[in-house]
Amino acid sequence: MSDVEKNEEKTEGGLTRKERMKIPRTPIPEQDAKERAKNFDEVALGYSADQAQMEAQRCLQCKNPKCIAGCPVGIDIPAFIKAIEEGDPAAAIAKLKETTSFPAVCGRVCPQEEQCELVCIVGKKNDPVAIGRLERYAADWEAEQGTSSKPEIAASKGKKVGVVGSGPAGVTCAGELAKMGYEVVIYEALHKPGGVLTYGIPEFRLPKAIVFRECEYVESLGVEIKTDYVIGKTMTVNDMLANGHDAVFIANGAGLPVFMNIPGENLNGVFSANEFLTRANLMKSYRFPEFDTPIKVGKKVAVVGGGNVAMDAARTALRLGADVHLIYRRSREEMPARAEEIHHAEEEGIQFHLLTNPTQIIGDNEGWVEEIECIQMELGEPDDSGRRRPVAVAGSEYRIPIDVVIMSIGTGSNPILTQATPELELNKWGNIVADEETGATSMEGVFAGGDIVTGAATVILAMGAGKIGARSIDRYLQGLPLKPEPEAAEAEVEETTA
Amino acid sequence: MYKILEKEDYSDDTYMQVIEAPAVAQSCQAGQFVILRLHEEGERIPLTIADFDREKGTITIVVQAVGKTTRELQTYGKGDSIANFIGPLGEPSEIEKVGTVICAGGGVGVAPIFPIARELKNAGNKVISIVAARTESLLLWEDKMREVSDEVIVTTDDGTCGRQCLVTDPLKEMCEAGGIDLVYAIGPAIMMKFCCKTTEPFGVKTIVSLNSIMVDGTGMCGACRVSVGGETKFVCVDGPEFDGHEVDFDLLMSRQRQYLEQEKIAYDYYLECRGDKACLT
Repeated sequence: MSDVEKNEEKTEGGLTRKERMKIPRTPIPEQDAKERAKNFDEVALGYSADQAQMEAQRCLQCKNPKCIAGCPVGIDIPAFIKAIEEGDPAAAIAKLKETTSFPAVCGRVCPQEEQCELVCIVGKKNDPVAIGRLERYAADWEAEQGTSSKPEIAASKGKKVGVVGSGPAGVTCAGELAKMGYEVVIYEALHKPGGVLTYGIPEFRLPKAIVFRECEYVESLGVEIKTDYVIGKTMTVNDMLANGHDAVFIANGAGLPVFMNIPGENLNGVFSANEFLTRANLMKSYRFPEFDTPIKVGKKVAVVGGGNVAMDAARTALRLGADVHLIYRRSREEMPARAEEIHHAEEEGIQFHLLTNPTQIIGDNEGWVEEIECIQMELGEPDDSGRRRPVAVAGSEYRIPIDVVIMSIGTGSNPILTQATPELELNKWGNIVADEETGATSMEGVFAGGDIVTGAATVILAMGAGKIGARSIDRYLQGLPLKPEPEAAEAEVEETTA
Repeated sequence: MYKILEKEDYSDDTYMQVIEAPAVAQSCQAGQFVILRLHEEGERIPLTIADFDREKGTITIVVQAVGKTTRELQTYGKGDSIANFIGPLGEPSEIEKVGTVICAGGGVGVAPIFPIARELKNAGNKVISIVAARTESLLLWEDKMREVSDEVIVTTDDGTCGRQCLVTDPLKEMCEAGGIDLVYAIGPAIMMKFCCKTTEPFGVKTIVSLNSIMVDGTGMCGACRVSVGGETKFVCVDGPEFDGHEVDFDLLMSRQRQYLEQEKIAYDYYLECRGDKACLT
């Protein structure tokens, strides 16, 4: 069949490929930029049923879809989209939940443009199908119904697994293991579950009610979440193994802020993005004094960094009433933040100072930040990351008067658990060394995944690691080799990798 | 929820609570701290552990009401519960037999120094304790300190009890007399600063327990950073105890004042509303 014939052929649902290809990508309604800069309500409002169906019609239902392999957890994307097109969101959410415990979260914060939507076949000629927005639609539809579909749970295996951390990796791993029939307890250091989804990502990008709902869903599968439990302090990994846990999955995240080590960084008014965002998100300080935890913004804020966390911190400061200046040492093209986040930040009025790097922070007599000194940068030869290395332009220093500086240049590995567990092999950055295919660590019965292994990465990659961990723990507890036999392996790889 | 099993007011502003927290009691050691949060709207505050009972599964805290949360906690009595109680956090005290050790506690700082003195004594050290306060009504745990010390010196700034002098006076005298191998000083930052200034010329190692502002208390936020020996350290994971001669106390005290303005707002709101959030609207 020629391409032309193929395009004229009617696909299921009565539309030809050509007709489907002609439908433009449905924009998602958003709060007006001026309005939302003053509140913490969600920016994107979500598709209506009609909009979702319209967008779902753009999916070609490819025989050999690329999108599934583009998803780190391998969601059957064409299948859930087809259900939406057929006006059956219940079937869509059931399909999603076969693979993911966090559809409402992933629909919002996954970098789809680098994953499923990047390889979408429609996207070769037109804009790709808005897979993330459709995932969000299905998950939000279910939340509105107030019901929750549950996958089948296998008979009890009589074994108990401890999971450290209730972020995306931990909760995914716990959910998978619960479905397989294991007793699972998650130990969370903070007073609320969700990990970075709760303390890190702001309400306007990911409402906490959604995070807690998804955590409750995992609890409904039989998982117990114990908050206020710091593994490495309240109890060690060895204590867990000695006290009834048959295996442990470590997913305690990348929680240790990095500073630049420039003069003035300990002045009052200099915060890590982690502190600023934890105050705002976990502690709800944007509602101070109704909530006890205070937050400082001042009139003029400098945010240093160009990642998603920097955008989150900048947009939070803006909503708290500050004039916000984002300082990034490379150019816009090299910014690690999602294009959508950069766009939203600019739209809301964040001022970008690109090819600019702080050299020192200057304080007043009382120990408070007064100015930040920056130097102009230019791009030189590519570095190890393949991005062009920023080089300082000699003599180009200048100062900006500023009240608050938020450092958002990354996070290191948190030492609490690893220092208390000397048996765990670490790499030179303090991350746990874990087998990429199995999550196995240097300790028998102990597996690890997520940011504590990879360093700060994305929600969906952490979820992928959680899935791998669950599969390995299942094999370990059944006495099977962690890596499946070669021929069986191929089939499994097809199903789950990417 | 964590139940308060005992509560005793020591003065208008200082009080003791015994809190049921078996997991924390099971693993805690002298020198560590907890973070607590009273309720859904509450902030997380760090408090150094004053005592613990592994069998009963309890942790004792001694608190001075200085801000909104510590004042509100004072209204919690026996049988009440607090929402979150997390720990033990920080590194335990490094207890060794070194010879003669002075344990100098100022105000509510006497309470956290108690388990350290006990451990030092158990390790075979001669323990001389200085129990200091501004005035007699703020003196606490003199009896408990006597149980674990070879000698106890009581001082008050106003002379209402014991010697009328600052904690640094007997400290200096003993350093001058010689034979002191180690000093522990716990109390307000200014008291620890001057204890360190007192011992420094004599080259007597002085350990302090820092009380900086924290949010999570687990190394995630960096709010508690201090400068020790010219390097930035996190009190929550690297401390709370440090070699006092290396600590930049002026920076610590400056950083402790960071939220003064907001703390006053929160405190005033609390006094005005007495916990009734409806009055905010």
